[in-house]
Amino acid sequence: MISRIRETFKELKKKGKKAFIPYFMAGDPSLESTKDIVQMIEECGADIVELGVPFTDPLADGPTIQRASERALNAGVTLKKVIAFVKNLRQNTQIPVVLMTYYNPVFKYGEEHFVRDAKDAGVDGVIIPDLPPDEAGSLIRSSRKTSLDTVFLLAPTSTPERIKKVAKASRGFIYYVSVTGITGSRLLLDGSIETLVSEIRKYTDKPIAVGFGVSTPEEASAVSKVSDGVIVGSAIVKRLHESPDDLKRYIISLREAIQ
Amino acid sequence: MPALKELEEAFFQSKKDKEFQKELSHLQKTYIGRPTPLYFARRFTEYLGGAKIYLKREDLAHTGAHKINNALGQALLAKKMGKRRVIAETGAGQHGVATATGAALVGLECEIYMGTEDMKRQALNVFRMRLLGAKVTEVPVGSQTLKDAINEALRDWTTNVRTTHYILGTVFGPHPFPVMVRDFQSVIGKEAKKQILDTEGRLPDYLIACVGGGSNAIGLFHAFLKEGIKMIGVEAGGEGIETGRHAARFAGGSLGVFQGCKSYLLQDDDGNVLGTHSVSAGLDYASIGPEHPYLRDKGLIQYTYATDDEALAAFELLSRTEGITPALESAHALAEVVKRAPKLSQKEVIIVNLSGRGDKDVQHVARIKGIKL
Repeated sequence: MISRIRETFKELKKKGKKAFIPYFMAGDPSLESTKDIVQMIEECGADIVELGVPFTDPLADGPTIQRASERALNAGVTLKKVIAFVKNLRQNTQIPVVLMTYYNPVFKYGEEHFVRDAKDAGVDGVIIPDLPPDEAGSLIRSSRKTSLDTVFLLAPTSTPERIKKVAKASRGFIYYVSVTGITGSRLLLDGSIETLVSEIRKYTDKPIAVGFGVSTPEEASAVSKVSDGVIVGSAIVKRLHESPDDLKRYIISLREAIQ
Repeated sequence: MPALKELEEAFFQSKKDKEFQKELSHLQKTYIGRPTPLYFARRFTEYLGGAKIYLKREDLAHTGAHKINNALGQALLAKKMGKRRVIAETGAGQHGVATATGAALVGLECEIYMGTEDMKRQALNVFRMRLLGAKVTEVPVGSQTLKDAINEALRDWTTNVRTTHYILGTVFGPHPFPVMVRDFQSVIGKEAKKQILDTEGRLPDYLIACVGGGSNAIGLFHAFLKEGIKMIGVEAGGEGIETGRHAARFAGGSLGVFQGCKSYLLQDDDGNVLGTHSVSAGLDYASIGPEHPYLRDKGLIQYTYATDDEALAAFELLSRTEGITPALESAHALAEVVKRAPKLSQKEVIIVNLSGRGDKDVQHVARIKGIKL
């Protein structure tokens, strides 16, 4: 069975287009508001939604998403509730949904239960930044049975050996982390992303989406030219919190930039 | 991942490197002041009226705790790896001070991450680190304690991995840290074994140490693992397990995956990490080095806990009977000795790891007792 994520990248490729993947923290500030946001970004033309699951110790995240995570935890949001939320969401939209969660909540949930419940709810893929493919054997096996996509990360420091391993373990797309660092870091547009993305392409024909540090429409446009998709997280989370009225205009400007 | 591979290779290389080992053991002797004494605590023993109690005096190591054994080893390794900068997390400040010391000694830039709460509790150590030339960076997020400082140090490391080595302070985190830190700390047990054979002509019956991340305990126990000796790790019982305000991972936790390793973790039903409490900042941590559950399951080490009150009582008792003020962390191990020694015969021998000195805790204890200094 081909997943919604792979279907989406296939369709975009046919049209010569690139995926726009906005990130939000589920439940920041409440799950009701997240529902409205998903609807809004779909109307604005987002291709895939990446939904953050709050965690007490978000190691890979910068201050913006750390705070969003705290707000969502304070609102009582958990992995279980996010899965139920996606199930509810599926009454209104078929947009592909990827969860970004840390590993311990999945471990505590039980990998097999998590995969089954997530898939049943209509979740399409999962990104776990603190779970390298080396340690993900059992999760990958469970996911393959249900065709839940497992997305793994590559960084500028990844060796060819690593690229091969991550490419093999990834389904749906490969997440290329454009900076050495955490979410919301400053992006460097010095041609290095292009070099590294083409390095990855030597080993795989799976779609490559680039994230961490993309914040302006200009950056999004530059990144989209050398990859298959652009993930924007911290910049959106920040606007949503600080000036929610500007959010829609900003989303539209990103959509227009990613072509 | 590549950084961990690089570190693993460098570490195992250094074990075979005669020059490196020579420099390390020279500095252990002339700089740290090793071997630290194994001291027979006569009056403490008489007061308790049971087993003979020996203290392994890590409090007499340079900077006042066992932390320097590891920090110095890793600082040398960082230099050898060609890194120009080291970073570290600290809770009570002991590992921060040890790292700043190691960095000053070998000539490396140094940045220490410390939670806002801990900076308030340990203002003196913050100043000490700055005095040693380190930059101390406040971590105002999460619970603002040790675990958040580790998160922030890991974030720094992923960002500056090319130039920076992360000197993790305990037997925790991703491989090779638990093995490497154990290796640098195992000098404690090696010395103690030789020393007890010299004085008693036999091995001890009990080894007792406090367990936060677990590096001083592994450091003492490791050389004795094959000897069939009873070993006891003492966790922080805080205000009591039933209150939920503690840091006893075995008594109150369950298996989890946190900060790069799988071990016992204080967590809620949804896998979020719970806040911890202990009178001692060095034991105030939600997880425990992964080798501890492994050794517990093999039946080699037992774990128990001491409450804040029991640790405070032991802190005062050792001060009065021996003229040695222990760190509040080490006082947890002593609290177990207080419970256990009177039930044993005078022929039996206990070695307890006095992992650090208590000077850093004096103000804190005065505050708890309501004494204004």
